[in-house]
Amino acid sequence: MKKTPFYEKHIKAGGQIVDFAGFLMPIRFEGVIPEHLIVRKRVGLFDVSHMGEIEIRGKDRIKFTNWITTNDVTRLKTNQVQYTTMLYPDGGIVDDLLVYNLPDRVFLVVNAANIDKDYQWIQENKRFDVAIRNLSDQTGQLALQGPIAQEVISKICDDDLDQLRYYWAIETKIREIPVIISRTGYTGEDGFEIYTKPEDGPEVWDLLFSADPELKPIGLGARDTLRLEMKYCLYGNDITKDTNPLEAGLGWVVAMEKEGGFIGRDGLTKIKEAGLRRRLIGFMMAEGIPRHNYEIFADGRKIGFVTSGNYSPCLKKGIGMGYVELGYHRSGTEIEVDIRGKRKPAVVIKPPFYKDFSHR
Amino acid sequence: MVKIPNDLKFTRDHEWVRVEGNVAVVGITDYAQSELSDIVTVELPEVGRRVKQGESIGTIEAVKAVADLYAVVSGEVIEVNKEVMKTPDVVNKDPYGQGWMVKIQISDLSELRDALSPEDYEKLIGEKE
Repeated sequence: MKKTPFYEKHIKAGGQIVDFAGFLMPIRFEGVIPEHLIVRKRVGLFDVSHMGEIEIRGKDRIKFTNWITTNDVTRLKTNQVQYTTMLYPDGGIVDDLLVYNLPDRVFLVVNAANIDKDYQWIQENKRFDVAIRNLSDQTGQLALQGPIAQEVISKICDDDLDQLRYYWAIETKIREIPVIISRTGYTGEDGFEIYTKPEDGPEVWDLLFSADPELKPIGLGARDTLRLEMKYCLYGNDITKDTNPLEAGLGWVVAMEKEGGFIGRDGLTKIKEAGLRRRLIGFMMAEGIPRHNYEIFADGRKIGFVTSGNYSPCLKKGIGMGYVELGYHRSGTEIEVDIRGKRKPAVVIKPPFYKDFSHR
Repeated sequence: MVKIPNDLKFTRDHEWVRVEGNVAVVGITDYAQSELSDIVTVELPEVGRRVKQGESIGTIEAVKAVADLYAVVSGEVIEVNKEVMKTPDVVNKDPYGQGWMVKIQISDLSELRDALSPEDYEKLIGEKE
């Protein structure tokens, strides 16, 4: 089991530790609901060091990254960040990830559970003049998220982060410590993700807490409820190798016509020609809490299944995501979810569930 | 530290019971609430319902999991705590006090012979940890 650079900090802060994808991670500190609400209202700090980082260097790094991912990497300016997916030839999803177009290298941020699989996949598909390294064990990552995140980080960062736009990154310093900061996150709130060397991590953690004495550490439990309120996909739940980005509503990160093509394009072309059969929806319950793998019904028959479900601390209702047959995916459609043997009414919601988010 | 009051009886389903004459006041233990954490809904039976010992009579749903509430004893539900249905987090805050759930008019007191003493309950959860 791996420990992140912040493990001791979590123990000290009273974090309840669980095994998550082979990492000892805090699931909660004060409680999922208060942690969730403080991120929406103010700011919170997440240890996301379990995420993987894969670096691609060499003169063809853009061309290569463009080949292995679905979005158009050639459209990125220096220091711009992009959300994308990586596909198998049949169009099934290997992972969803961020691409950082840094001045001298491309930096991929992938899901913790997929680090080895992704690294192997990228190696297997290596072409052109590139050098690929898995830096996951040599990188600490924090996410400072919430409407006042900029105010907090500005107190300790050398650069003016007001100039850093949504989905852009900067290589800068926090006091004397070299970091990469991007204006990104998985909560819907304004915020930053901060990459450090592992040995520098605890000091950055302390500096953030000294910049805001009321700062709260946030566990993975609230990370999940926050992302669900935004209907952000979670790999392993909402997207898997058996789903494709078109049915998952991720068509906006697929550049079908980009030059040189990409792995999975032919698979997606076939899927498109055959016609999509199902769509990933967001839905809200009148009562009850939906859970992963619960069945979805309409017109008296099964039409799909829940991929993610939980209680929404902001809406105070059960909310979920799931695949339903095409035709039942439009917002306002009334469906039912089988909650432990009882079919309970729900309605398809146009995402995000939580509309008052602060990211820009 | 998990609290185990010494004036209560306990079950293997992590419920507590306080016998007041012929009435059993029932809730879930401090250990149960801390295991569930973040309780968001509590469903309780209708007043007047006849219940059998061991039968599921309600559900306690938390952010991460859901649990059944079982009838500790056979009898009739004579009162339910409407406050825990309105503000379920009181179960997290005060499981033995304001977080009580149901009162059952006991039909057969001998059914409570197998209930655990505080010492036995402490052993039970000690084994789990």
